[in-house]
Formats: sequence, C-alpha cells, structure tokens
Amino acid sequence: MSEPLLSVKNLSVDFHTARGTVHAVKNVSWSISRGETLAILGESGSGKSVSANAVMNLLDIPPAEIVSGEIIYEGKDLLKVDYETHRALNGKKIAMIFQDPLGHLNPVYTVGWQIVEMMTAHGRPADMARARALELIKRVGIPEPEKAMGKYPHQFSGGQRQRLMIAMALMLKPDILIADEPTTALDVTIQAEVLALLKELQAETGMALVLITHDLGVVAEIADRVVVMNKGEIVEAGLTREVYHNPKHAYTRKLIDAAPGKGEIKLLDPAAPLLLDAKKLNKTYGSFAALKDVSLTLARGQSLAVVGESGSGKSTLARTLLRLEEADSGEALWKGRDLITMGRSELLGVRRQIQMVFQDPTQSLNPRMSVYQLIAEGWDIHKLMPDKSKRRAKVIELLEQVGLSAEHVDRYPHQFSGGQRQRIAIARALALEPELIICDEAVSALDVSIQAQVIALLDDLRQRLGISFLFIAHDLGVVRDFADTVIVMKSGEIVERGPTAQIFEAPQHPYTQRLLAANLDPDPDVQAERRASLTHG
Amino acid sequence: MTKMIGQRAIASLLSLLGLMILVFFLSRLTGDPAVLFLPIDATEEMKQQFRALHGLDLPLIEQFARYVWDLLHFDFGESLRKARPAIDVVLEAYAWTLPLALITMGLVITTAIVLGSLAAFNVGGFFDRLVSIVSLVGASAPDFWIAIVAIVVFSIGLGWVPTSGVGTPLHWVLPIAVLFIRPFGLVVQVVRGSMLSALGAPYVKTARAKGVKNLPLIFVHTLRNGMLPVITVIGDQAAALLNGAVIVETIFGFPGVGKLMIDSILQRDFNVVLAAIMVTAVAIFIMNILIDLAYGLLDPRIRH
Repeated sequence: MSEPLLSVKNLSVDFHTARGTVHAVKNVSWSISRGETLAILGESGSGKSVSANAVMNLLDIPPAEIVSGEIIYEGKDLLKVDYETHRALNGKKIAMIFQDPLGHLNPVYTVGWQIVEMMTAHGRPADMARARALELIKRVGIPEPEKAMGKYPHQFSGGQRQRLMIAMALMLKPDILIADEPTTALDVTIQAEVLALLKELQAETGMALVLITHDLGVVAEIADRVVVMNKGEIVEAGLTREVYHNPKHAYTRKLIDAAPGKGEIKLLDPAAPLLLDAKKLNKTYGSFAALKDVSLTLARGQSLAVVGESGSGKSTLARTLLRLEEADSGEALWKGRDLITMGRSELLGVRRQIQMVFQDPTQSLNPRMSVYQLIAEGWDIHKLMPDKSKRRAKVIELLEQVGLSAEHVDRYPHQFSGGQRQRIAIARALALEPELIICDEAVSALDVSIQAQVIALLDDLRQRLGISFLFIAHDLGVVRDFADTVIVMKSGEIVERGPTAQIFEAPQHPYTQRLLAANLDPDPDVQAERRASLTHG
Repeated sequence: MTKMIGQRAIASLLSLLGLMILVFFLSRLTGDPAVLFLPIDATEEMKQQFRALHGLDLPLIEQFARYVWDLLHFDFGESLRKARPAIDVVLEAYAWTLPLALITMGLVITTAIVLGSLAAFNVGGFFDRLVSIVSLVGASAPDFWIAIVAIVVFSIGLGWVPTSGVGTPLHWVLPIAVLFIRPFGLVVQVVRGSMLSALGAPYVKTARAKGVKNLPLIFVHTLRNGMLPVITVIGDQAAALLNGAVIVETIFGFPGVGKLMIDSILQRDFNVVLAAIMVTAVAIFIMNILIDLAYGLLDPRIRH
C-alpha cells in the first residue's frame, strides 16, 4: 500500500472545562489513502469527531488543548503549520460537511453566494466560481440550478440542503472530504440517496472520504475500513467486513449486538380487548392535509408502530388523539367514549390514562425541577396520591422500575445522561398508571446501546403491566424489534398496515418496499447484496 | 412584509392620536399660561383679553376640538412666545437636532460594531477586556456630569472648543462627543453579546472549514446574523436622540428640539410643546418602520 494521504498519529486532545479536564481523545491514530472510505464509528461522547476537527483546525483552543500527536498531510504536520497555511488548505484540499445542513449553512446568504465563496475565498475569479457552482449544483441533483443559486437555505428540503453542502465541499476538488454524521438528520430514503451520491462523486474524483457516524448501517453501506471509538480511544480498527463478522473488542461486540432489527418478531394477542378505535380522522393546516381519513385500532397490551418519513403526519396523529390538536372530523373511541368530542373535565381523566413520551428528554423535562418534582407533578394535577408522605417511596419505586435508584430522587435533569433522562420521562408517564403510552420518536435521540435498553424496558412494561403503546418512529429496526403491528404513513394517509412480520417480510405497497430497501442493514454483506440487486435489477 | 409595514403604520397612527389627547389635557393641568406669560402686575382685564385672544377661555373640550380640527389642516397654531407658527419653530429646531442625532448615531454604529465584533472574536483576551470596561463605563456614566466635566477640561482648561452655542464646526464637537458615550457603551455591549453567540453558530464552523479568512468570517458571515438584536437597541437609542437630547442641548446651549421643548414647557407655550411632541412622534414612527425594513433586509427568513 502506498503512502497514506492523511495520517493522524497518536493524537491526544483534552478539554478543560469548569468541571475539570476531560480527555476527549487519547492516542488516536488513523490514516486514509486516495479513493478510500474510512468510517469513524462511535456513540455520543466517544470523541469520534475530535480528530477530524483537529484536522480542520476547528477545535477551539482553549478550552481544547492538543496534548500530543501529529497530523501529517503532504509531508507537513498540520498541528504545527501557521494559521494562514492551514486556512489555505481548508476547503481547497480538505473539505468538510456536517450533520445539520440547515444550521451549517448561513441563513442570511443565498446558497449560490455561499457555494461560490468556497472558490473566491481561495482567490479564484468569481465568474469561474459561478460556472463551477452551477455545474456542481446540477451534478448533485438540484432542479433548476440557476434559480437554486438565488435561494436561501430555508427554502430547500433537508436532503437538498445536504446535497448543496456536498456541492460546496467539492468546488475545489478536494483530496479529502470529511463527512460528520452527514445523513443522521435525514429520512431513510433520503439518507440512501445522499450516501449513493457521495459514493458516485468519490468514484468520479478519487477523493478520500472520512465518514464520522454512530450508525452501523451507514458504515456497512459505504466504508472500506472502520475505526471504532469508545471513551476517546480507538478500541478496534480494520476492514469493515472483518470488524463486523469478527469483532475483537467487547465494546464492538456490544455495539453490533445492540443494533436493532434482529430480534424475534412479536405477535399480537388476538384475544386482547379493544382500547382505542379511531375512525376517519382528518386534520388540515390551511390547504395542507396532515391527516386524511386515518383509522386505526389498538388493543390492550398491543404495541402499534406508526412509521413514515418527516411530514407524513405521524406526529399529528398522536397529537390529535391526545387532543393537543383538534381534529377536523372523525372519531376516536377510547373505551367506547369519543375523545374528539369529549368535554374538558372528562378529557382530563382520560389524559391520565394516556401518557406521552417525547423524542428529546432534554427539552421535555423542566430543567429547574428535581426528579421527585417531575414525577410527582402529575399527582397534583390529577389529585392522586393525596397522602404526600407516601409519595417519596412511590417515586423511588417508579425509578427502580425504569432502572434508576433512590439516590437519583433529588437530582436535576442535567445531572443525567440522555438515556437516563428518557427513563425519567418514562417513570413520569408511569406515575399516572396509564393504559396507553404514546412514544413520539422516544428512542431516536439515544445511542444504539441505550436505545436497546430503553426498548427492552418498554417491552417489559408492556408485558408486566399490560400497557399499550402507540410507537411513532422512523427507525425500522427499532420498530421491527418492538411492535406487533405496523402502520405505514405517507402524506397524511395510511398506505399499508399489518402484523409486523407481514410488513417486514412481504410488504405490499411500493412505498413500504422503498422504505425497507432504504433501511440500512448493519451487515456489510447484506448491504453489498442489496446494492448488487439494485444495480442489476 | 408590506402587510407588516401597513399594520405598523396603522398602529402608529392610533398611538399618535392617543398621545395627542394625553399631551393636550396634561399640559392644561400644569397652570394658567395667562398668569405665566403676562407681566406680574398685569390686571385681570389684561389676562381675560389674553385668554380670549388665544381661545384659552373656551371650555377645555372645545379647545381640544379646535386643536384637532387645526391639526387635520396641519395647523399647529401660533407660538405664544415667538408669535410665529409653532410648527415653524419646531422644524427650525429639528434642523439642528436631526444632524446632531444622525452624526452621533452614525459614529456610534460604526465604532460599536467594529469594536464589539472584534472583542467578541477575541473573547477573554486583553482587547475584549479593555472594550468591556470602556463600554461599561460609557453605558453607566451620567451625561450631565460628563458634559460639565468636558466643558471644564476642553473648553475652559485647554480652550480647544467653545463652551456653548453654535456657529462653527467646533461647536459640534463636545455635544456629539458627550451624546456619543452612553449609546456607544450600550451598543458595544449588545454587539459583543450578540456576536459571541453568533460566532458559536454552526455556519461559522462551516465558514472556517471552507478556509474563509478571519475578517470576512466576522464581518460578512457572522455580523449580518448578529445584527438583528443590535438593531433593536440602536433604534431605541436613536429614538432617545431624536427626542432631542434635553440635558446635553441645554448645557451646551444647542438650539435643538430638546432645548426648545424644555423652554416651551417652562413658558407654557402649549402649541410649541404639542407640535414638538407630534413631530418627534412622527420621526420615531418613521424610524421604527425603517428598522422593520432593516430586519427584512438583513434576514431573508423575515422577508419570506
């Protein structure tokens, strides 16, 4: 193998924070050659982005401090070159794209201006930059490139914004493209398109691609080699297939095992009594129809998943059932009483029985309330547990049910990790002894290993307490593991419904088939097979 | 955008009307102009004559009706003191206040934006600390005190500039300098804070990854985003100056609208007071619309 294009050697970076020094990465080494794709895989806090940020000189020093190491590119140590030399490399030789293209594009300038600037900032004439920008915007598949140049980032969809970011990154034909979670914020079908685009462009230009991700499926789809990071260290590195099939490190094994979508598929108990029966729900916002004649039934102890891409109406459905939004028409019978027309006082009683767990526990838990206050608040609202002396013991019991303990009672949300916070949110829902819990993307923001734990917890609650779940999710692997029935939504309509096994093994509707095909399998061989069948079929 | 401006215009007209009512009646509560205006030994007969001449003997409500009627014809009445149309007196004063306010705000905006942005970019550094201290002092020092000290030092002590009055460009130096300090201190702090958060935005990271140089990074990529909260404060400060810098104009004998207003209030020259207030209100109303337009100009998301 020839000399690598870029190599990071023994890099250690500390972050000096108010709470002490954090060793963000320790002795990290990796390298990449022309035309190669390297994935840096890790969960949140693993330090997977730190070395790439060091390559781009994007670390804020202080609080960051580069303790040791070197980053060799074209014979020079990038950690030692002066600011101007490094700046001239950024964008021109090494370009970067990010997770959230809406935040990472400047909201007040047109995308054309921003793409053109990639070249003008490196001294190229503006007319040449404009011509190249038009060519690339067309290449990444944005319709009407001339018009697109004059639009602002908020006028594009998420997938289009990431395509524009890619066009911008490729303006100066860089040797290396670093992509930091480039598809995490995108729907599965869009994710598949963007990954395919990256691969095509790589084949055309021969650039090296460094892909930072938490998603084994993305690694399986695109990477030649992978380095696995945990707590700031590289625990394993090698060819993607080998690492997947023969993981040497315990952490890698844990990650691979935690990947959803491999468990036994659950079956619905046909004898379970009906709890919720919704018929022909409609909801429009102005001229936009968010729900079109949506009907569903839900039995006691059932876990019904609603899947669909953003904008498909799945969250509106949940909000309508909870009467957080008023439906335009239709009915939703909750144990025979219509939720849609129910009076305020009756609704309050029903709201105790139907609880909700949201996607982002950081936002859904009031940061100024302790765990005790958060969980006990519902009792005040619904005038339950009047004997306050017993409340504390009950809160502790609930915490233990979700895998936390008595010592957590008086802490505040910021003192917990993301997974723990979601457990608190679940304990809060359980406090009211609900019969139905609506989970709106409740595990999407969690790391894979935590995700598996939370899913196991929910399933345990379902079996032990007979709670029903309406489980809104976009991650098909998670849905396959948790749900016994699946509803597929698209543009406010239910396009397919059925038992989980049927949906996953014999999908009927083309949209369901497309969703399943775009869903990435963590096994590189499965992905390779799928790609082959797509190109030949 | 046009709809928003239209709504703002209607709301402003309504508040102008409210203001007119409030000021008219409040000013009538402060005392009898006939007593104040005429010599101390004036007879009751002379006072009656004075009141009749100026319509001050009519019932209050009728005086107000007349006033509104005249206003609708852009007639603000005569100045009691100067025996000239009140509006002329006010506009004449505005011809002094307006350039004073514009020059001061122009200087404030440019210096505060440059210094505040650079301080935010070098956060925690020596320059940042220096700017923070200077701006804090500027924002908290009382202007009447600065005005008097400035006269003592620069006019009386060093003799560089005249103490008061107008006539030469040198006469403008001290009023502008004194008026500059407070808004400068405030605006620098807002610019610094706003730029600090804007510099932490993801798009700044993108710009750095693109290899954009520091100056365009600060003044092209970040500033336009960081300006939105700043504009609000600038508008607020500019409104205070358009009101006429009462204290500073009085101390420096500057014939602006602030001084005119104080003089007219002391002399119970109602028509002038009312005209001054209405003209000021219109000026502030126009400025607010300009600020709304500036928001739209800076941020396409507001425009669309």
